[in-house]
Amino acid sequence: MDIATHIFSALYQFGDAFAFLVLSACGLAVIFGMMGVINLAHGEFIMCGAYVTASTAHVGLPLPLAIMAGAIVAALVGALVELVVIRHLYDRPLDTIVATWGLSLIATQGTLILVGSSMAGVGTPFGSFQVGEYSYSIYRLVLFASALGVLGGLYMLFNWTRFGVLARATIQVPHMAAALGVDTRLIYSLTFACGAGLAGLAGGLYAPTMTLVPTMGATFIMEAFVTVVIGGADVFLGTAPAGAVLAVVKSVMTSWQGQLFGQIGLLVAVIIVVRVLPKGISGFLLRERT
Amino acid sequence: MNGLPGFLRLLEGPQTVGRGPAFWIVFAIVFAMACAYPLFSDGYTVGNTVYFFVWVFIALSLCLIWGYGGSLSFGQTAFFGIAGYSYGILTLNFGSAYGFTLVALVLAIAIAALFALLLGYFMFFGRIAGVFLGIVTLAVTLMLERFMAQTAGPEWRIGVARLNGFNGMSAMPPLTIPWPGGDIVLFADIGLYYAVLGLLLLVYLGLRILMNSAFGNVIVAIRENPERAEMLGYDVRKYQLITFVIGAALAGISGVLYTVWGQYITPSSMGMTAAALPLIWVAVGGRSDLTSTLIGTLVVLAAFQALTIYGSQYALVFMGVLLVLTVLIAPNGLVLGVMNLISRLATRRSKGDV
Repeated sequence: MDIATHIFSALYQFGDAFAFLVLSACGLAVIFGMMGVINLAHGEFIMCGAYVTASTAHVGLPLPLAIMAGAIVAALVGALVELVVIRHLYDRPLDTIVATWGLSLIATQGTLILVGSSMAGVGTPFGSFQVGEYSYSIYRLVLFASALGVLGGLYMLFNWTRFGVLARATIQVPHMAAALGVDTRLIYSLTFACGAGLAGLAGGLYAPTMTLVPTMGATFIMEAFVTVVIGGADVFLGTAPAGAVLAVVKSVMTSWQGQLFGQIGLLVAVIIVVRVLPKGISGFLLRERT
Repeated sequence: MNGLPGFLRLLEGPQTVGRGPAFWIVFAIVFAMACAYPLFSDGYTVGNTVYFFVWVFIALSLCLIWGYGGSLSFGQTAFFGIAGYSYGILTLNFGSAYGFTLVALVLAIAIAALFALLLGYFMFFGRIAGVFLGIVTLAVTLMLERFMAQTAGPEWRIGVARLNGFNGMSAMPPLTIPWPGGDIVLFADIGLYYAVLGLLLLVYLGLRILMNSAFGNVIVAIRENPERAEMLGYDVRKYQLITFVIGAALAGISGVLYTVWGQYITPSSMGMTAAALPLIWVAVGGRSDLTSTLIGTLVVLAAFQALTIYGSQYALVFMGVLLVLTVLIAPNGLVLGVMNLISRLATRRSKGDV
């Protein structure tokens, strides 16, 4: 064991934690940052993505396509949910939380009834490689790359496309955007669907690494919320740095005391950060900038 | 009612639905029926009714924090669990002699309140409000569940009490009142029923007084407009923190009574589903009023249990649908809506008489 393998091991764990935090949080962060809506059914969109990925992969679809299918189905479900429930609650943020929680109950229990208590998983692809004494899963590196890819993709989507411009206009001053001819309802729908799709993508990407049970959303939801709370309302200035900071906390605590203490470390971090920076990292950065 | 001492006059007021002789006559009749009920029923059914009553405290706590205070907390089940576990640890270690179970009850509630004080300090003095408050409290609750679920190993023990991981703790002694000529043990039937009923009456009336007092009015003012309340010179953070701690203590009462009732407590009593249920009762009942929360909780619980008997899997789906529909169609709650309708009709009729 020389120092290089130690460093690699630490970096690998950091990357793993970072990917998990960013992928599970970005869907939530898009919806919260753009619409101010906290989607408590976020975990169930992740579950939906994972289930669709697994079942299409069982049918014979190659894994990347199956993951895309998971993301698309989750986005469609998200659009439907927005149309039926969320749309009527934009002026009542606390009620949105309650309603989406109701949805989450329905989805978890409904899946349990329809699909059963567990579902056959998908094998983790790519195998592993050896550094020093330890072997590492290649798929975890793919996940890290995907997290960076998702951040990059979102940046391009919101800065370089017409949808991104309209969406940002709608967020800043909704009635002004509407007066200028933007269909703000459609923008909100699309944004929500986009967030749900990102959740589905996270579910699809993690489907090969975990057991598929109806309550699997709960394993993501705490990390996702913690990242969004610390990050604040902005995806790029918030979620990404928050993911990086929390990944350090989590990987250090995990390698020191185990999985559970990694999570406790996250929780303590969030409570301290909200005391110091009530608007999250992005609020702090934006205040510094202006 | 001018002859009454000042604080009893606060039983009625702007913050609580139900006033005048008619309401209190109905209230007295209902309470008398509740007192007489065990005479006409068997021990098992009475024990089951105690189970319903046990949950009312946590519902009232949510009503206080969410309905009156305007801060949505998912942490009530965490306080519930902390108090339940504390009671278990204390009584398993020190036994039930010399009325220690009652001391343990008070201590367990105090521990939950202390935890709320610590958590609440960071949240309210960090000026977390609105949706973030909900998320932080939810994260704390889930964290506690995960923590307790992994305490299966023999190294997780406090004194002689093993935490037992996912299976939870069991076999803690029931509440015992020391009495000359033999202790009174409150098993989960008639004895516990009267104890819980009495406690419920005290808490309900106490909360009515609290909400109609100056403190309650400030709490409602903060819910309506925090900035305005602050401009009027109230330290919003302090009031919110006090409300939060009182709510945690109430949730703690539920936790201890639940542990006493079933003589067990498990981590799943702090899970997502467990945290959702009080929210459903309170939302469906009508979160901004104590009486409607009380009635709503009992009605929804009874309905939930009936559904569970006929189709246990679908009961939770039904609860979810009920919650979503309530939020969409009757945001103020179904019971509260009905009660407001009744009182409107009543006033209209009395005006007609005049």
